[in-house]
Amino acid sequence: MSKLKLIIKREYLAKVRNKSFVIMTFLSPILMVGMIVLIAFLTEVNDSEKRILVVLNESDYFSNEFNSTESISYIKFRDVTLGQARDSTLSMGYYGLLHIPKEDGLEKVASATFLYTKENPASYILERLERIFENRLRQERLQKIGVSSKEFATIEKSFEIHTATFEGEENVKGLNMMRAFVGGAFGYLIMMFIIIYGGFVMRSVIEEKTSRIIEVIISSVKPFQLMLGKIIGTSLAGLTQFAIWIFSASLLLIVALLILDIDLGVMASNPAMTNNPMMSIPAPQESEIEFWAKEFFNLPLFLMLVGFVIYFVLGYLIYSSIYAAIGAAVDNETDTQQFIFPIILPLMLAIYVGFFSVFNNPHGPIAVGFSLFPLTSPIVMLMRLPGGIGEGGVPLWQLLTSILFLIVTFLGIVWLAAKIYRVGILMYGKKPTYKELFKWLRY
Amino acid sequence: MSHILVADGVSKKFGEHTALSNISLEIPKNCIYGLLGPNGAGKTTLIRIINQISFPDAGKVFFDGEPLQPKHIAAIGYLPEERGLYKSMKVGEQALYLAQLKGLSKPEAKKRLKYWFDRFEIGDWWNKKIQELSKGMAQKIQFIVTVLHEPKLLIFDEPFSGFDPINANKIKDEILALKENGTSIIFSTHRMESVEELCEYITLIHESEKLLDGKLSDIKKAYKNNIFNIGLQTKEAEESVLNKLNGNFQIVQSNYLATENQLNFSIQLPSTNTKAILSKLSALGNINHFEETIPSANDIFIQTVKSKIV
Repeated sequence: MSKLKLIIKREYLAKVRNKSFVIMTFLSPILMVGMIVLIAFLTEVNDSEKRILVVLNESDYFSNEFNSTESISYIKFRDVTLGQARDSTLSMGYYGLLHIPKEDGLEKVASATFLYTKENPASYILERLERIFENRLRQERLQKIGVSSKEFATIEKSFEIHTATFEGEENVKGLNMMRAFVGGAFGYLIMMFIIIYGGFVMRSVIEEKTSRIIEVIISSVKPFQLMLGKIIGTSLAGLTQFAIWIFSASLLLIVALLILDIDLGVMASNPAMTNNPMMSIPAPQESEIEFWAKEFFNLPLFLMLVGFVIYFVLGYLIYSSIYAAIGAAVDNETDTQQFIFPIILPLMLAIYVGFFSVFNNPHGPIAVGFSLFPLTSPIVMLMRLPGGIGEGGVPLWQLLTSILFLIVTFLGIVWLAAKIYRVGILMYGKKPTYKELFKWLRY
Repeated sequence: MSHILVADGVSKKFGEHTALSNISLEIPKNCIYGLLGPNGAGKTTLIRIINQISFPDAGKVFFDGEPLQPKHIAAIGYLPEERGLYKSMKVGEQALYLAQLKGLSKPEAKKRLKYWFDRFEIGDWWNKKIQELSKGMAQKIQFIVTVLHEPKLLIFDEPFSGFDPINANKIKDEILALKENGTSIIFSTHRMESVEELCEYITLIHESEKLLDGKLSDIKKAYKNNIFNIGLQTKEAEESVLNKLNGNFQIVQSNYLATENQLNFSIQLPSTNTKAILSKLSALGNINHFEETIPSANDIFIQTVKSKIV
């Protein structure tokens, strides 16, 4: 065991002292924060640009429907021809011209209406205009069948359903979104970690092969010990890096926001973001931050943390031992491509399944299937876990089965990978095929 | 027990390929044992089995009288043919790491490293990275690391590759000194001249099979064919001398320097008895050279391997 400790220590130090690792560790947070600040800054700039739309209304309809908002203001032209209006819109540099011609009846007016713009109109402007017309048309049609505009207003009153869990806990609207966000972040984190640090493990194995030190070492320790030590040492280096990132990024972010006086709320209320159907929530009464903080603490945090650790450790061990086996099988990094693709595939699949299927229906057959299948479960199950366990969440049997599958797979894969590793590290010169790898298992 | 290592019917297959078939060896204590064979004969496989890097399909290996087991790793030092070090690691740190993997404590390893670094006069390399050293320099570190834990059995696979002649000699002296101190040494090589110099015992492996083994001097005796090199100062013509001898003995080759009346030739005798030939020769002239040819390890190697192929 003391040998394993020695190996872990060496692998850890070798990784941490590496210059590119040090640079990456300290540069990434700066880059990341820089990006966030830049995005926030650009969003602010973007928002402050008000678009001015000229409305040339020749019809008898639409008298007061066009009300200026934060992002659009309307200028009404009167008693000019379309040509004149167009010329002056252009010469004044306005965003566009909405022409509502005079026709018999609203339906005809609506279908003869044109929006002229220099370039393709922004989608939110189109949406806004279309909604105005739709409302007006609906009102008109209802009036035709005898509904007054007062009655129409009562009909139109929006309704919000009150939701609660069976435990009687008042449900909060943003919970699903929070679940999706946190679950997705965890799943994504695991995928990135596996790909980045699995790659490190692989490169470290290749380095030992090409520097020919491997035989010196495995005459002192078992290949399995070396492989395990390498995987653990590298992942500890990775965790160190993550810890530094999270700490320094949050520190930098706070500092940067204070200095630049940028309000994070700008990003949260960004119209482009709230247009996303998943995120269409009515404006909450509390401040944004308070609201999200409350949502966050509504999540089963302890369960998620435990789940994260279990799935992270098992998932990482499975994938990184495959990476180690690949590193052992080849002589240089360029030969790894054909083997790496099949590894990344289930990871990508898990992420996509997670985003497109699990968030909408966390307990549907696809979500359940992928959260049981061991190569995707570390990601998919973590995306389901924010829903809790048991009633309304992940059934306990599914969680346990998935962990059991993961452990069994872990043992199987590590056993296979160790076999390939043991043979591969002493093989030089040719790029192996899958068939040969299979043969190695029997050596 | 007088044997440090005994292999009993060791076989190893890689898929369809047989690497070792039924190899049995006995390596005496405190000697240098040459493991010879052409490329791909199975030497490295055998060495890896001794180092417990791979394991035999059949047969047993005994180390110092006990069946080979993981604890013996600390008693074996191995310098592989395919060797190297971590390029970006510092010399001292790396040597300490490898020594600790062999079971030495850190202070003990440091002490011994200091001794060896002084002995090789490389004390100032401690904080250098391997990539800053030349190949020969790195080989020295590698040698030190191999012997540092004072193993009972040392295995050297082509130890002189990568050394210039001066340093190769230095390493050779170190190997001999280690043997003097009681270490048993397995020496695997193609370089036959170093076999002649160092090895007391040899084994010849070819295409996974053991062709011969034993004491080098015994093997040489068995392989000698009573050929003698003779130098004769004579006034007689080459032809007549050879004709006079040819009846009883077989002339292998000859050449005659007319200016100095010197006839050099090789002759094969029916037995090791030299009385008859010597009396005949002294009648013909002055004998200034008479020597039995002893086959070199190289000859034996080539002869045995060739006869196997035919």
